[in-house]
Amino acid sequence: MIALGEHAEFIIAAYAGVFIGLGVLIGWTVIANRRVRARLAALGDTRG
Amino acid sequence: MSMDDTPKMSWWNRLAHPGQFLSWTGPLVWPLAAVTAALFALGLWFAFFNSPADYQMGDTVRIMYVHVPTAWLSQFVYAAMAVSALGTLVWRHPLADVSMKAAAPLGAAFTAMALFTGSMWGRPTWGTFWEWDGRMTSTLILLFIYLGIIALWRAFDDQLRAARVVAVFTLVGAVNVPIIKFSVDWWSTLHQPASVFRADGPTMPGSLLTPLFIMFFAFTLLFVTLQLVAMHTEIRRRRLVTLERRAARGGAA
Repeated sequence: MIALGEHAEFIIAAYAGVFIGLGVLIGWTVIANRRVRARLAALGDTRG
Repeated sequence: MSMDDTPKMSWWNRLAHPGQFLSWTGPLVWPLAAVTAALFALGLWFAFFNSPADYQMGDTVRIMYVHVPTAWLSQFVYAAMAVSALGTLVWRHPLADVSMKAAAPLGAAFTAMALFTGSMWGRPTWGTFWEWDGRMTSTLILLFIYLGIIALWRAFDDQLRAARVVAVFTLVGAVNVPIIKFSVDWWSTLHQPASVFRADGPTMPGSLLTPLFIMFFAFTLLFVTLQLVAMHTEIRRRRLVTLERRAARGGAA
């Protein structure tokens, strides 16, 4: 890892904020999809 | 001699059919996710190990590799929603409102990220996290517009009625996108003027542009992937509502 200079905390905070945000966004999108598919399957929908 | 009388569906009509859309685009999700992950890995390697510090901003220039792509997506996603709004109002395309609804939370998230990374970049560069200048204020307004659109979708039980109202609201709100883009030219702002998407070409050296473009494509492909999955979810959610209503009616009879 390179040295990030005197403002390292701002660089790390920016990347951490974005990647935590992306993690939440991806997780939320995938979980919502799985939940709907599971409810459809429970109702007998076989279309996938 | 036999004649095939089966009418052939155009790609537009096949795209308009939710079931066809699911079967067409379903196989694209995992390859898109794999390419996106590879681009993020490459972009991060360039951002931290193979790009120089800026002669003025030093290492804080590395924030640009997450700030510019999220800021670009905040406007691109809204433009995509505006096109979908036209699709709803003018062409009545069945998937246009699905696309509009799926994109709104993604656009809001990218706008929030752009504001956050901008303020993390602003503090060491300008000495302040926030300034009420044209670019930052119009981007904050964009975030509020996204949140308003998400709230509007949730306010209606009838999603087809909601789609018309949201489409009109989206088209009215679209006036903010050129304001964001040209705010740095129209007003005296703390935010720097455009340095990548310029008529006379980028003003940055290739050593900074390479990681920027890789991250730009990584974020854009991530949006495309998440948008497809969110559209699949919305199509299935509508199918679910129909099935639940049918089941409720069957139970009541």
